[in-house]
Amino acid sequence: MIRFVLMVNRQGQTRLSRYYTPVDLNRRAALEADVVRCCLNRKKDQCSFVEYQDFKLVYRQYAALYIVVGVSDGENELSIYELVHNFVEVLDKYFSRVIMFNLDRVHIILDEMIQNGHIVETNKNRILAPLSAIDKMADG
Amino acid sequence: HVVHGPNLPLQEMIRAIRSARTQCEERGVIQRECAAIRAQFRQADNGGRSHNLAKLLYVHMLGYPAHFGQMECVRMIASPRYSEKRVGYLGAMMLLDEKQDASLLITNSIKNDLSHSSQYVQSLALCTLACMGSAEMCRDLAPEIDRLLRASNSYIKKKAALCAVHIVRKVHDLGELFAPAARSLLSEKNHGVLHGAVVLITELCERNPEALERFRKTVPDLVQIMKGLVISGYSPEHDVAGISDPFLQVRILRLLRILGHNNEAASDAMNDLLAQVATNTDSTKTVGNAVLYETVLTVLDIKSESGLRVLAVNILGRFLLNNDRNIRYIAMMSLQKIVGTDHIAVQRHRGTIVDCLKDPDASVKRRALELSLALVSASNIRSMMKELLIFLSSCPLELRAQAASGIFNAAERYAPSQRWHIDTILHVLTTAGGDVRDETVPNLIQLITTASELHCYTVHKLYRALLTDISQQSLVQVACWCIGEYGDLLLKGDCQETEPVQVTENDVLDALETVLQSHMSSPATRGFALTATMKLSTRITDNVDRIRSIVSIYGSCIDVELQQRAVEYNALFKKYDHMRAAVLERMPVIERNSPGHTNGESSGELVKEVQPVKVKEGDAAPTQQPANQVCDLLDLLGGSEEPLKPTSAQSGPAPGQPINTSNSSGGDLLDLLGGLEPVAFTPVTVYEKNGVTLTLSCEKQSDSSMTVTLTASNSTDSDISSFTLQAAVPKSVQLHMKAPSGDSLPAHGTAKVTQTVVLNNPNKVGMHTHVKLALTFKAHLYSLYVRK
Repeated sequence: MIRFVLMVNRQGQTRLSRYYTPVDLNRRAALEADVVRCCLNRKKDQCSFVEYQDFKLVYRQYAALYIVVGVSDGENELSIYELVHNFVEVLDKYFSRVIMFNLDRVHIILDEMIQNGHIVETNKNRILAPLSAIDKMADG
Repeated sequence: HVVHGPNLPLQEMIRAIRSARTQCEERGVIQRECAAIRAQFRQADNGGRSHNLAKLLYVHMLGYPAHFGQMECVRMIASPRYSEKRVGYLGAMMLLDEKQDASLLITNSIKNDLSHSSQYVQSLALCTLACMGSAEMCRDLAPEIDRLLRASNSYIKKKAALCAVHIVRKVHDLGELFAPAARSLLSEKNHGVLHGAVVLITELCERNPEALERFRKTVPDLVQIMKGLVISGYSPEHDVAGISDPFLQVRILRLLRILGHNNEAASDAMNDLLAQVATNTDSTKTVGNAVLYETVLTVLDIKSESGLRVLAVNILGRFLLNNDRNIRYIAMMSLQKIVGTDHIAVQRHRGTIVDCLKDPDASVKRRALELSLALVSASNIRSMMKELLIFLSSCPLELRAQAASGIFNAAERYAPSQRWHIDTILHVLTTAGGDVRDETVPNLIQLITTASELHCYTVHKLYRALLTDISQQSLVQVACWCIGEYGDLLLKGDCQETEPVQVTENDVLDALETVLQSHMSSPATRGFALTATMKLSTRITDNVDRIRSIVSIYGSCIDVELQQRAVEYNALFKKYDHMRAAVLERMPVIERNSPGHTNGESSGELVKEVQPVKVKEGDAAPTQQPANQVCDLLDLLGGSEEPLKPTSAQSGPAPGQPINTSNSSGGDLLDLLGGLEPVAFTPVTVYEKNGVTLTLSCEKQSDSSMTVTLTASNSTDSDISSFTLQAAVPKSVQLHMKAPSGDSLPAHGTAKVTQTVVLNNPNKVGMHTHVKLALTFKAHLYSLYVRK
């Protein structure tokens, strides 16, 4: 299952974090910093899967942003790799502007895709349909 | 959004935080905002609440404390407005867990919202329950979830399914409740629902073997669904790079794996499907490979027929040649998992695996190394070793130790000849001598002694290696040992296996002296060199005086270890010259304990030679008297006046291999476990001096273990306090000391102290034990060694 999803920039600042297994607040910062360090240290010719403590990290880089997904052993890494890309494509479709100023929307999207550590929906249209409905509702 | 008060809208706050140039500035912004947010929370109902909470969540994500928002979450969740509910629930997921009291308060809201008219509100409740619902809440709301699983739209059903997964994790028994609903969900068309159903069924099967039995009946349904996905034409809804819903395919394959594991019937039922997926899936894109990967894992984990297994391993072999390093990496990992069970199939890809030793990716390299070592066999040892040695010379630092020890193990198991074996070890020592384990040195020495016809060759080779490079300690140590031992062969000059080289006595002594004087040599290495020099005194003819002078120089060396040796050797030259030849003669072949033995752990100390007497003064006390007393105390049982140093000098710092040759202490009492073994021993007094008596009794437990009981008593006028016993045995013997009965010996023998020691000698090594007594007597601290 998926343990957490992080979006971090190259400076190591967390832009988005979502945990699907309980992690103490005070340990989160350290975990995030460490995970980011791991990923930033990887060279171009190294693969996108890192063994970290007792689970695995799957990361992808998009321009200045790293998306890191922590998964437990036994999860299909290639599948998660594709999931990350799927997520980015959904975000791309929805947001015309820079993502980071609409974090709550990103959380909603993430919730539509991943729920308590498992994939819920991967079809872009179905993910975004509730969002447009929610947008209409929220304005009311 | 309407802006209230001085605080910023969310986006502005984010901008402000991001533009802060220092940590301090950022903290300032956040503190200001948090203060404003707190103030807002305290106010009565106002329209800006939801976005205040949103700001707080952002702040929380950055790592700042946000617990004061918990109650606000509760309030928001209870609000009728969707935007507030939305943020409230999100806040609940991020700030609350079941340990917080506040989480109980939202149970009611969740319950109500689960039957809300809007599916979006329902979904919020489901999502939050699935995220942080406690066991209580789960039990409470399970029937609701079951209802939703059966009768709602697909949007809700899929979320309900995953919520059920969480519930089952929290309250295992509730699995029963959801099983029927889960089963019926498999006939749905909506992929999201199918996905959720498959995850739920997987969870149920993993938790409960009975459920697993029952769900095996669904295999045909699952096979049908998969077929539909694989064969169907292009479906725009689910297409990812040409594969129809790969995520669902992967999930189904994983469930099939669980259902087919260890079950013939189920495995048969899915055989054809797996073959079909394996052959038809497009492997040009990562997506396809993800599905293929899952297929391979499934095939290898169920009772598949051999043709299918070969197909799976071949897919992995193809993966190894893929340009994408991710795919190479997972192929390596999978091959590693099956190399034990499908050894022959994996062997077919040995060439590719060995090539991956040169892969630029470090993880792939590591896997390739482990796999290559696993694939070494008697038939391929020579070619594999060539590759491995090439790898060793260029491999990343973190892998060197592993590579070196792997090579040693392989060499030991499959060496085609002794000479090859020695050459290989020497090669490793020259390339990676700093990364080998400590026991390599004694192991190699032992190996060399057994290869008696190669002594000449070996010593020549080592001598040459020594001349080239004295920085690799292990290599230097072995070289020195050999030169000391076989120096005569070195000087003879002719050798069948290598080119003859004229070596003079002075050359050899020069080499050893260089080692002795070099900054690069560790103390242990210098010990080796000094001992080797000394040994040569009986093997050379002309330059004995040179040796004498070297030895005497080191008699005043700062290093205590070296100094002691030098002093002993000096003594050998002077007072005991008649013994010198016998003491320094060629060592017998050292017995190997067991192939590939690692020295067992011993909780005692390593065997060192008998240290010179150490006397620590507790208080200011006259130094002379205690020293004399202690010297008396150290009058070892049955020994000569000279402590047994010359014998131990022979072996250098090698761990305690038995040296029975010149053990002049009559007490071979404890040399039991190697030879004749009486079953029990009557207590024997091993030490009796100055009022302290130490007796020993042994009891043999089994073929290789024995219990020794040490009893101490004190017949003097004063109490002895801080009395401890320590024992040291050779490395291959295991020592377990139980707690002593006390640590003070009252005067006049009114009570005794006993201590039990269990010795385990699985390798039946002849044994010598050192027992150390430490005691405080009349305010002086004494440490004594008794060597048996």
